[in-house]
This record gives sequence, structure tokens and C-alpha cells, in this order.
Amino acid sequence: MKKTTTPNRVRAVTGRIAQTIPVLFGVVVISFLLTRALPGDPAAYFAGAAASEESIQQIRVALGLDKSLPQQFLIYLQDLFQGDLGQSISTGQPVATDLANRLPASLELTLSALLISCGIAIPLGVLAATRPGSAVDHICRVLVTAGVSLPTFFTGILLIYIFYYLLGVAPSPLGRLDFIYIEPDHVTGFYLVDAAIAGDWETWVAALKQLVLPSITLALFTLAPIARMTRAAMLSALSSDYIRTARASGLSDKKILYTHAFRNALLPIVTTLGMVFSFTLGANVLVEKVFAWPGIGSYAVEALVVSDYAAVQGFVLAMAVLFVILNLVIDLMYTAIDPRIGFDSQ
Amino acid sequence: MKTSRRQFLKISGGVVSASMLPFLKSVPAHAAGDDVLVAVTGQTINSLDLHRTGTNRASYQVAINCYDRLVSFGTKDAAGGGLAYDYSIIEPELAESWTVSDDGLTLTFKLKPAAKFWDGAKVTAADVKWSFDRAVSVGGFPTVQMKAGGLLRPDQFEAVDDETFVIKLDKPSKLTIPDLAVPVPFVINSKVAIENATDDDPWAMEYLHKTPAGSGAYKVAKWASGEQIVYERNDDWVGGPLPAYKRVVLREVPSPSTRRALIERGDVQLSFNIPNKDAAELASKVDVFSTPIDNCMHCLCPNTNFEPFQDADVRKALAYAIPYEAIFKTAAYGQGAPLWGGESEINDIAWPRKSPYYTDMDKAREHMAKSKFADGFEVPLSISLGLASWMEPTALLIQESLSQIGIKTEIEKIPGANWRTAVLVEKRLPLHLENFGGWLNTPDYYFFWAYQHGHLFNSSNYMNQEIEDLVNATLHMPVEDPEYAPKIKRMFEIAFEDLPRIPLWQPSLNVAANGSTDYEFWFHRQLDARPLKPV
Repeated sequence: MKKTTTPNRVRAVTGRIAQTIPVLFGVVVISFLLTRALPGDPAAYFAGAAASEESIQQIRVALGLDKSLPQQFLIYLQDLFQGDLGQSISTGQPVATDLANRLPASLELTLSALLISCGIAIPLGVLAATRPGSAVDHICRVLVTAGVSLPTFFTGILLIYIFYYLLGVAPSPLGRLDFIYIEPDHVTGFYLVDAAIAGDWETWVAALKQLVLPSITLALFTLAPIARMTRAAMLSALSSDYIRTARASGLSDKKILYTHAFRNALLPIVTTLGMVFSFTLGANVLVEKVFAWPGIGSYAVEALVVSDYAAVQGFVLAMAVLFVILNLVIDLMYTAIDPRIGFDSQ
Repeated sequence: MKTSRRQFLKISGGVVSASMLPFLKSVPAHAAGDDVLVAVTGQTINSLDLHRTGTNRASYQVAINCYDRLVSFGTKDAAGGGLAYDYSIIEPELAESWTVSDDGLTLTFKLKPAAKFWDGAKVTAADVKWSFDRAVSVGGFPTVQMKAGGLLRPDQFEAVDDETFVIKLDKPSKLTIPDLAVPVPFVINSKVAIENATDDDPWAMEYLHKTPAGSGAYKVAKWASGEQIVYERNDDWVGGPLPAYKRVVLREVPSPSTRRALIERGDVQLSFNIPNKDAAELASKVDVFSTPIDNCMHCLCPNTNFEPFQDADVRKALAYAIPYEAIFKTAAYGQGAPLWGGESEINDIAWPRKSPYYTDMDKAREHMAKSKFADGFEVPLSISLGLASWMEPTALLIQESLSQIGIKTEIEKIPGANWRTAVLVEKRLPLHLENFGGWLNTPDYYFFWAYQHGHLFNSSNYMNQEIEDLVNATLHMPVEDPEYAPKIKRMFEIAFEDLPRIPLWQPSLNVAANGSTDYEFWFHRQLDARPLKPV
């Protein structure tokens, strides 16, 4: 039964996007105020080792920090409307350029980690749910506990130690590409996609090799919530009335499991995935540091440490936009999975 | 047999041509093998222009590798292995020769006639003048550093003809010529810069930020902040002997563990600025150069704004209570040079030098008993989170030791961005750790910054009229002057008696090399790629 028609959906999506505007404005205001509330004086920091009071003042003027807060905010808003996120002092680049370079790096890493993680966690969760108390269930529990209890930087260093240092099978952990390759032309910023577009398969393989260890590290960390949620959702679905009815109607086990139980269990799994995705994107700082991955997490942390206002604000804004998109996508997926859920009912 | 990449690069560098390389989009083969140095560092380069506001320390290396100065320092063997710059010898870089007038007020430089910028234009005195004008005009750190050498205003610089450049000083100073060899007064291709300057930006800060225009030994082939910088050799360089490496790839790897794995495996030939712990542990596996940093020391600073520290006996009690040996082993892993247990008589003018204090809890208690604070007191001991690797273990050991003489401390950790403001600008921390290093290597220069009242690194708010007079008298005085040494010795005596800074140890800059040699230590503590050679 298909209730939602396409124009309807378009209208609903536009409505949802319109709803996000006040949210984004709120994010802009809060990120602006929070960065200003950070202790520390960026002018003194960037004036360098042997700066005098006079030179610190010169830098304060150069950075526009001598103006009042409302004035600074208005200038920031004006720039923002022109698509100018400001200039990061710590990297010396426009924030927009930095984000355009680093966000794809983080997204590529996070998405491939989630792909691996889902590929393992969902089947594992389903298996564990269909055979509760069995060996598979125990393996699932051990793996999940181990994955979540090992900090990512530890797993990362351990993997480097074994596969790079001892065995020598992994490439040098030198970021997204080994130094002998030249990065593919910038189209999407995802090296795997860009190299494929350029038809440069050597670079594609090299980029993939660099991606393996960090994405496994992140995947191990994200296994737990996905596997546990799959198991729980499957268990509750399998014990529900409609499954009993389906069994009574004599449907095959396979049909019951995949068509009826799994599809219904998908909703909480997708919700969890959305959450896992968002926290992984922000939380992969440590993996980025260990693998010299030029991602957005380490960028934000470096910027915070030195009170680099523009960079921190740009990061927060980019993340806010990303989360809005993510929530929208997840909502759309809900309606695809379960037609009973329409935008109107929310 | 499995071919490692290094071996592979060596083979391909010699025999295989670019077209035969299996990598479609990889670097050409001539740039592989012994011609290429791959180095790693934990620091980020945030600008290619040292004069720009907000340029960080790591970026100074671009000024060194890509630009020339009029003069440079000589080279000597370093204490911790490898080479080091020699402050006592001034060598030509862009200048062929120079003369100083009898009154010491006029310096005349003759430029090398063959010196050319990367675009082929001749390096002229006008370029030197424009670059110097820029350094004294843009404000911030470059202007402060120029001032240290008595270079204050554009009207002090004159381009007499294409190859003659004159500096006029307000007063003669021994610091002027050494100050021309620090990274700041580098020479820019002024024609290129002026073409790219705007009314808002007369010094072409935006352009040179990303596009260097110099005459130096290396050009920047590629720069991605947060990832890497790639240098390519300028074969027409006249500033010194042609560097051995045609291409230098410097990758940024934030994690020290990853850097260590890379250098141990030999996939990179140099790891710059490694932690003390790695320097101690790697020494048996690869070449480690651990050079004590000139004119620099880690110290404990009691702030005289805090009442108990106005008492000389309390300050001496501190100096006798510090567990120097344990700190040197735990926080420095034995790298650097000890600065305690020296002779009480001062016979030379070496600085930093061992203080006459050593760990003696009985003497510490005696001094405490003699002081007005015999019952002890409480004081926060402040450290910077940005420098936690040495400050945290040091602070913990000091805390433990001070508790035995009745001084109760609580360790206050201050985030890196606030540290400078709190410790150097506001000077409000009662007891803290500090490390200042002077680029110009004379004791008076150190005392100027760290012991004179109101100066930036005098974080103890120390004020002693005799020190003020001695520093003012010696700062510009030639080292050979018969009055110089006695005055400096007197300064040392007062410093050790008054103890506004209690020396702990002289830190080192550690570099690991695996397949590369002739590393040279510089006071600016950045990688100079020019003297490096393959093994």
C-alpha cells in the first residue's frame, strides 16, 4: 500500500529543511558565543614567542578581536551569508577550503568503517538472535565487548605494530596516500571515488590499502552498538505476535526471518546507525592522529587548543548541517522501510 | 626475496625510467632513491611566509630552506652527535663580503653577483631593502626579532647600487650581524611580491603566504597544511654547497608511536623532534642526534608577587629541595644536560650553566626554618597542558619533594592557549615551570628577556637594579671587551643568589635518522634540509 505520493514527499522534505533554519541559526549563535567564552587569548597565542604587548595589540586588530562582541558577530554573519567561513589562523587557509579538504577524508574513513562494521555486526546480530545462548551468541558478545572496551588509539597502534611493523604487509601509516603517489584530481574529495573517475586504478588500490587499517580500527569500535541493537531488535521481532501468526500460517523460516522479522527490526538498527555515524565522525580524532589521517576531527581539536575561532565555528556549523542532512536521510529511510510512517504523522 | 620500498626506490632511481614505473601517477623515477629524503614530523606548517601574522614555529623551516639571508652561521660538531651551527663564525649566504665602519654604525654588504631568484631575476640590494623594510614594518614577531639587532625602521636600510646594501645603526651592537643570520630577515623577490601586492596588502602577505618567491636552496613543489610539504632543489643556488637531496618530502604524522614505527622500519629516513623517551630507546637501533639547545633551560620559577617567595631563604629552600636527578631521569629520559651541582665559584661565562644547588633536604629544611615561613604554606604549582610531556612528571616530583619541607602544592594544569597569557603576559602564576630559549646565543641576551623587569619571559616579576644595569651595559657590548666577562660573572652570581629562576636542566632537540646523515642542529629548532645527505 503506497500512501505517500512523490509531490507530497518533496513538499515534506522542503518543509523539513525549512524547519532546520532556526536550528542552524541557533547553532551559529551558540558556537560564536562558546568560542568567545573559551579561556585564552588567540592574539597572544599567535603573536609568537617573543611578542611585545604592542605586537599582540597589532595582531588583535588584524584579527578583528578589538571590536565589540555584537560587532564581531555581525561581521561574522555577513561573511557567512556570502559563503565565507573566515580564515583559520592555525592552518593559514580559509576555513571553507580546510573543510572541503578534510570532511571528505573523514567521511571516507567513517563510511568505510561503517560498511565493514555493518557487514559484520548485522549478520552476527541476526545469527545471535536466532540462536540465543548458542556459541554464535557468545562469540558475538565477546567480540562486541572487546571492540567497545579497547580504545581506538590502542587498537590502531596495535594494528600498526602487527601488520606494519612486525609483518610488513600494511603500507606505511602516512595518511591517505603513500608519498610516492600523487592524489587524484579533486572531484568529490573521496580518493576512492576520484581515482575511479580518473580511471587511475593504481592510485585507487594505493588509497584502498591506506584505508584498510584505520577503517578496521574504527569498525571494531562501532561493532558493539550495531550488533547489540540488531540482536535485541531481532529478538523482540521474533517473539512478536505477527511472527507467531506467520509461523502458524506455515511460512518458511527464511521468509519469516528476512521478510517479516528483519524488516521490522531494521527501524531501530537504522536509528542506531545514524547515531553511530554521527558520533564516529566526531570521535575518530584518535584514529586520525595515529594514522596521520588529515580528517576533520583532528582539525577541530587543534583549532580548539589554540582558540582558532573561525575554524571551530566552521567545524560546528559543518557538523550541524551534516546532522540535519543525516536526520533527514534517516527519516526518509524510515518511510521506505515502514510505509506506515509518513512525514505528516511526525 | 621481498623488496622493501626503499630498496625498490633505490633500484628504480638508478635504472628504471618514469615510463617503466608501475605507478601511473606517481612521482618521476629521477626523484626516487637516494635523491629523495622522506622525513616525518609531528608539527604542522601553517604558512610559507614567516612574516605573516599567526605563522607558527614549524613554518620557520620554509624561511630557512627556501629563502636566503645575507649571512649564516658556521658549522661545528655537536655535543650529542651530528653537526651544529657555530654562533662564533659568520659565513656568507647572499652577501659575498661585508665591512663594518670604525664607529660600528654602518654595515656595508656586497651581494654575490651570481645570486638569482628562482625565476631567474638577479638578487639586488633593492630586494634586500624591500624584504628588510617588510620585516620591520609588518609588526608582530618579525618586527620584535629585528629590533633585537637594532633594526627598527626602513630608513636604516639603503640600496646603494644593485650589489651594495647598507645598514645604518643608531648604536653599535654585537647582536646586529648575528640577528641577520636568524630566519627572520630573509630576502624576497621584491618584483614578484610587488606585482602581487594590493592597496590593502602592500607587503603581499596573501600572495607569499602560499607562494614563496626566493632564491633559496629548495623550492616548494607542493604544500598541503596538515599533510605534507614537498621541497624540490634549486640547482642554481649560490648560498652554499648544493644540497645532496633533489627532493625532500616532509610528512606530518601527529602520533609519536606511528613516527617511531616508520623510522624503525626505515620507510622514512628522518624523524624530526622525537620525544625524549624515544630518543633514549631508539639510540641502539637507529642514529639519534640529541643536541642540548643553546641558551635554553627548563626552570622552576617562584613569583616574587607571592609573599613567601619574597623571602630569599624560601627560594633557597626550594632550590635545595628539588629532586634534580630523578627529574632528569624521569622527565628528560637523560637527554639534554644537567644544570645542578655546579661549583660555587664562577670562572667562565658559559650559559646555561650548572647552578651551585643540589638535592639536600637537610639544607632545604634549615633554610625553611630560618625563613619567616617556617610552618610552611600552600601554593599552586602551575604547568601548561601543551608542554605536559616534561612539565607533568617534573611537577609531580617537585610536589612530592616540597611536601617534605612543609610546602603544600597543588598542580594546576593550564590549557596551551591560556598559558602564555597567564605566565608571560599577566605573570600571575605564583610557582610555575618555564622554559625560555634565546636565539642569539649570548648570556646577556638571555638575561635581557628573562631577568630584566617587565620583559616577557621574566615570569617571576623579578626586579634587581644591579641586574638591570648589568644587562643594559652588556647587551650591545662586544664579547671581547675586557669589561664584558666580569660583568657577566657578576650577573650569574646575582641570579644564583636571588633565584628568580631555578635551573632544572638544559633540554635537547632529538632527531632520529635511518639512512640519512649530516643532520645539523640550529638554534631555531627547525629542520634544515640543506646539509643532509644519504648514508
